[in-house]
Amino acid sequence: MAMRIVAETARLMGAGGLIPIESAHIDGALYHGDSGTLFAERLVAGGAKTSVRATLNVGAIDLTGCSRNRLPPHELAMARRMMIAYQRLGCESTWTCAPYQAGHRPRLGSQVAWGESNAVVFCNSVLGARTNRYGDFLDIACAISGRAPDYGLHRTENRRATVVFDLSHVDRKFLSSDVAWPVLGNLYGRLIGDAIGVITGLVFRPWEDILKAFGATAASAGSVGLFHVAGATPEAPDEATARHSVPAHERIIVTNDMLLDAQRRLSTADRADRVDAVAIGSPHLSLEEFDNLRRLLAGRKLAVPLYACTGRHVLRLLERDGYRKEIESSGVTIVADTCIVVTPILPEKPGAVLMTNSGKFAHYAPSNTGYSVLYGSMADCVESAVTGTPIFGAPTW
Amino acid sequence: MVNLQAEVLLAGPAAAATALALTAPISFWGGVDPKSGLIADPRHPENGESISGKVLFVPETVGSSSAAAILLELVHGKRAPAAIVLHEPDAILLLGLIVAKEMGFETPIALRLDRERFPALHGLALQVSPDGLIRGT
Repeated sequence: MAMRIVAETARLMGAGGLIPIESAHIDGALYHGDSGTLFAERLVAGGAKTSVRATLNVGAIDLTGCSRNRLPPHELAMARRMMIAYQRLGCESTWTCAPYQAGHRPRLGSQVAWGESNAVVFCNSVLGARTNRYGDFLDIACAISGRAPDYGLHRTENRRATVVFDLSHVDRKFLSSDVAWPVLGNLYGRLIGDAIGVITGLVFRPWEDILKAFGATAASAGSVGLFHVAGATPEAPDEATARHSVPAHERIIVTNDMLLDAQRRLSTADRADRVDAVAIGSPHLSLEEFDNLRRLLAGRKLAVPLYACTGRHVLRLLERDGYRKEIESSGVTIVADTCIVVTPILPEKPGAVLMTNSGKFAHYAPSNTGYSVLYGSMADCVESAVTGTPIFGAPTW
Repeated sequence: MVNLQAEVLLAGPAAAATALALTAPISFWGGVDPKSGLIADPRHPENGESISGKVLFVPETVGSSSAAAILLELVHGKRAPAAIVLHEPDAILLLGLIVAKEMGFETPIALRLDRERFPALHGLALQVSPDGLIRGT
């Protein structure tokens, strides 16, 4: 059945054939309805097993018990059955949208089948492994068959940058702040969409967590599957190499005004005078981001709940080092295995305002949670959670 | 009198139903309620209309890769369109039908037709044959 699904998709997309893959990241274990659970259980009943390493993206339930959700009993039971079925298929119980920070890092040039838009864009762009944007059913079918349709970003000629995204005119201090990268991602996603761009004009090498934040926001604002950063990402030692030495179709000179506009678009509740909740961790927080959170909290108690979403790979380290207790005693709710926009964790509260430093939460929270959104830095998020009022421009640690 | 030959993307039974030609791209995840089959995106021009049992003309799909899961759920709940006509093959959406067929569910036919033809078909009573012929008055 898995091989038939892969082959039928290849035929539909006009792929020249199938290629072997080295790994998969499975986005299909998130419950959207009973049929998805029945599909996974059908695969289990047929004796299917993954033939390559396959990590799991978030599910609808925090199996670690750190946080609770408000799913009705039937949905809760079916979501749990679905998660169990994917484990039985041989997938690793990583339950994270940042598998690349949980030890799953395919090598440069390797062929893989990854799902989850931020994981796809990180895998292609930062690791230089090759994947299309895989979704429900096809991701697990590829992991079982060990094959993927050979088209799109699997092929070298389709990885060429055709648009230059020039940051040389942007304020340098802004570019080196963590608040800048979701803003850049929003602008990039809206302007470039599913085309491939190369970012130029940076005077420093962007670190991993800001590339993670950039890619996630770009992929939620547009259908971005791959970007290059000249001098930083593996397929772009310089701009010309990223363009395969072919002239660009378009050169976008980014201005400070364009970024101010993009930053405003990330908020939907500009005139809020209070904050009802704060959420961070889309993509899931790394240990370094938790270190930053702890420094900013400095042992203070929160006035409103702060949800910190992460994977169990980080939770283990927080527990080992005794930090989980410290963070939770401030009033932080750690959310593992899932996150606040894919399952109902936030309290139901009409007209409520959520503050976040995540461009992806800013994009999905209004439609998926009913909360309107304020976008700020991690430091702004912590100060706002401590005071219960929106605070912007808080000093970073 | 309409008499058009479309390309069959995925085989399915003949259908006789009213045409619903969407006038904007749609994201199935978040844009269509999998339980009711109603378009649920308040920003979509056809918001509130039902795609269930229609010959659905889709000019473009956007958004999440969970579209297939929504379409499978619609088929499973017998709320799917009677036929789906796309401007171009969309692996993410059509996977919902490929999997539905594997699951043994009754699965609508999927066709390809140039989207410039879609607006003139809206609201017509159409007959779609298994070989991709679209006829109507």
